Amino acid sequence: MTLRFSLVSPEKILFDQDVTMVVVPGSEGDIGVLPEQAPLLTLLRPGVVSVYEGEKVFFKFFVEGGFCEITPERCTALVTTGTSFEALNKASLEMEIKNLLEEREDSRTSDEHKKADQTLEVARAKLMELAAYQKMG
Amino acid sequence: MTTLKALRNRKKSVQSTQKITIAMKMVAGAKLRRAQEHVEEGRPYAHLMNQILRDLAENAQGLETPHPLLTGTGKTDTHLILIATSDRGLCGPFNSSILRESRKVIELSLSQGQTVKLISVGRKGKDVLTREYGDLLVESFVDIGHPRLYFSEAERIADSLLHMFEDGLFDVCTLIYSRFKSAVAQEVTIQQIIPIGKEAPQPLKAVYEYEPDEDSILRKLLPQNVAVQIYSGLLENAASEQGARMTAMDNASRNADDIIRNLTLVYNRTRQSQITRELIEIISGAEALKG
Repeated sequence: MTLRFSLVSPEKILFDQDVTMVVVPGSEGDIGVLPEQAPLLTLLRPGVVSVYEGEKVFFKFFVEGGFCEITPERCTALVTTGTSFEALNKASLEMEIKNLLEEREDSRTSDEHKKADQTLEVARAKLMELAAYQKMG
Repeated sequence: MTTLKALRNRKKSVQSTQKITIAMKMVAGAKLRRAQEHVEEGRPYAHLMNQILRDLAENAQGLETPHPLLTGTGKTDTHLILIATSDRGLCGPFNSSILRESRKVIELSLSQGQTVKLISVGRKGKDVLTREYGDLLVESFVDIGHPRLYFSEAERIADSLLHMFEDGLFDVCTLIYSRFKSAVAQEVTIQQIIPIGKEAPQPLKAVYEYEPDEDSILRKLLPQNVAVQIYSGLLENAASEQGARMTAMDNASRNADDIIRNLTLVYNRTRQSQITRELIEIISGAEALKG
């Protein structure tokens, strides 16, 4: 049994294939989606989407939050951006976090501050997930 | 009578203009293909989002505090019009037709006693609107979407729109852009984006469970939807611009062909008559000497 998983960003379709299982980072906790899952609509938090083929993870994406629609036969994640793990890099992420911290110091309005906090959270989550991924090998 | 040299120069200048228009046509053709791909790629997201939103809106009707982005502020006093044009010219009637429709919408709103505010995207629109409705223009974005339009740019526009909405600076927002139908046909489209226009209720596909709950999802989804609508509008606009430019440059190249053909004809005729005249002069001179 398989289900159709599509990962869609406003700019293009990032992934669209039949898979055995996907794990998506729901706002209330990770959700493992198998075929015949009851219909669910959830928010996504910044985190990792893992796509399973059989017992194995064969694709991992980092997403910056979005929405996910689950029906018995398909799972569709709408995300703003999705980055495949191969494209992430520890050194550049650390650099980004440093820059963001400086940016936050410089921000004057509360809006700017909030925005900087959000991007910072995303970058930190990326780094954390990457570290966990590399540890697993 | 025009001299041969002047004719030759004119022909040459038309020819070099034609070279430019042919090159521009080809460039526009290549850009059009890419822009069309972007439109295609952007469709699934917009489509799915619309579907989710419709399902949610259906379900959320019983909510105690309806979201103003969905149902409006209850007033229609201030009308914000977002007008998308291009940054560059030489694309035939593309910008002027958008602006013509915009003028109609603006005048209609004004005649209904609404306060009108304008936001322009694109340099061409900004120039014209500053001249004609300078006091209504509240913000303008230029140099967007070069070399391609990213979603983050649409988000930036949506953000400033949403800020204004939260501050109660407008009640209704309309987006005017040119929808791409084919390289020769573009259609100016007037689309209301805030509040979302009511659509006929559709039977629900499935009864969803919501996590965390309908209201929180709706709260996230609605602002995102504004950005998505602006994004797809701007993508359509970019494709239309290239299509219009391609057609305009094709016409220009063809006109140049006509002009060159006419000039060649005149040039040859002039040359011929000059030769004939010189011959007559020589012959008649010789005849006179004989006499």
